[in-house]
Amino acid sequence: MTGLNFVGAGLIVIGAGLGIGRIGGSAMDAIARQPEASGKIQTAMLIAAALIEGIGFAALFAA
Amino acid sequence: MYRNNLIKILVLLLFIVTSSVTAQDYTEENLPAGKGIKEEIKEYINHHLLDSYDFSLFSYTNDAGEHVYIGAPLPVILIDGGLKVFSSSKFHHGETLAEVDGNYYKVFHNKIYKTDAAGTISLDEHEHPTNIKPLDFSITKNVMVIFLVGLLMFVIFSRMAKSYKKNGLMPKGFGRVLEPLVLFIRDDIAIPNIGEKKYKKYMSYLLTVFFFVWIINLLGLTPLGVNVTNNIAVTFALALITYLLTTFTANKNYWKHIFWMPGVPTPMKIILAPIELLGTIIKPFSLMIRLYANITAGHIVLMSIIGLMFIFKSWIGSPLSFGLAFALALLELLVAALQAYIFTMLSALYFGMAVEEHDDHH
Repeated sequence: MTGLNFVGAGLIVIGAGLGIGRIGGSAMDAIARQPEASGKIQTAMLIAAALIEGIGFAALFAA
Repeated sequence: MYRNNLIKILVLLLFIVTSSVTAQDYTEENLPAGKGIKEEIKEYINHHLLDSYDFSLFSYTNDAGEHVYIGAPLPVILIDGGLKVFSSSKFHHGETLAEVDGNYYKVFHNKIYKTDAAGTISLDEHEHPTNIKPLDFSITKNVMVIFLVGLLMFVIFSRMAKSYKKNGLMPKGFGRVLEPLVLFIRDDIAIPNIGEKKYKKYMSYLLTVFFFVWIINLLGLTPLGVNVTNNIAVTFALALITYLLTTFTANKNYWKHIFWMPGVPTPMKIILAPIELLGTIIKPFSLMIRLYANITAGHIVLMSIIGLMFIFKSWIGSPLSFGLAFALALLELLVAALQAYIFTMLSALYFGMAVEEHDDHH
């Protein structure tokens, strides 16, 4: 069945998008609670987002 | 205040001009008969993503029906029974054969193959050419840009270093822009991730990789049509350096945590060892994919939206896609810096893991 790999890639990208959205949202919450720690939170947020993004791209290239 | 506004307007104008120059690439290309504009745009994007043997800015068809290329040829260096060096103008942009010392070479799908005098390329059942492929060390467009950026960085940073010697702690000129960036890499990337004691050893690599990736990403957004970081070989080389540095500067603790994880039961240790070992390779691999995929995706999306202008050809659609392309170009400016930052940051993180000292018992 051709085209099924694209569906799989789409599912993974949806998952990655949700994940990055959650990371961003949680980081916003954390910054709102402790604005003085915003630098550290941003760094951790970017690293986590980058790791998920890597999976998303891996899926795109596998498809 | 007045001067500030003037600079802002100038920068805005520069963006608009560069975007419209990128757009001109399409209009100047007269469409060959029987080919739709969609195929033309697709072809153009594919062509833009590839490396090439000559540095051509744009091409157009003149009144006499000839293709005119604006740009410069670059040297081709082949090893095929001895060193062969010739100008890529001999290929006439892939349209003709190049004859060197009685051998014939042809560009086929962006690779150089050895052919007979008629220039036949024989294909096997998978559509792959069976011709001999000589070892290719050509100075292609990407290689040239890498050399240029290397030279540029050498000049900028050696001048900056000299200015410290002359003026004491106050940098002069362009150094004032660079000093905060260098300090940012030291204070916000290297020291927190690697540690106060050992960061100095890695600073030279982190600074080099940050500025190299950043400058090259920014050059990819100019109408020069260069894009080096969307060549996976380039990002592979960068990731390989990170991998080698991590592997060869790692201390005993790092290897112990890979092969014999302390604090877990023995059967678990045996399961964990291959996983951890695989992890050391996946880390630089993800570095490679991330940089390559981000820049490639950005270029494809940006060029497709610029291409939409020529598909719509209406007073509503074209300005809309122009505005969208403009906004995306600004986003790409951010991505260019962000990817350089993330590459440097994760490299520093991996170095930090390699030299970490564990006194605590798990």
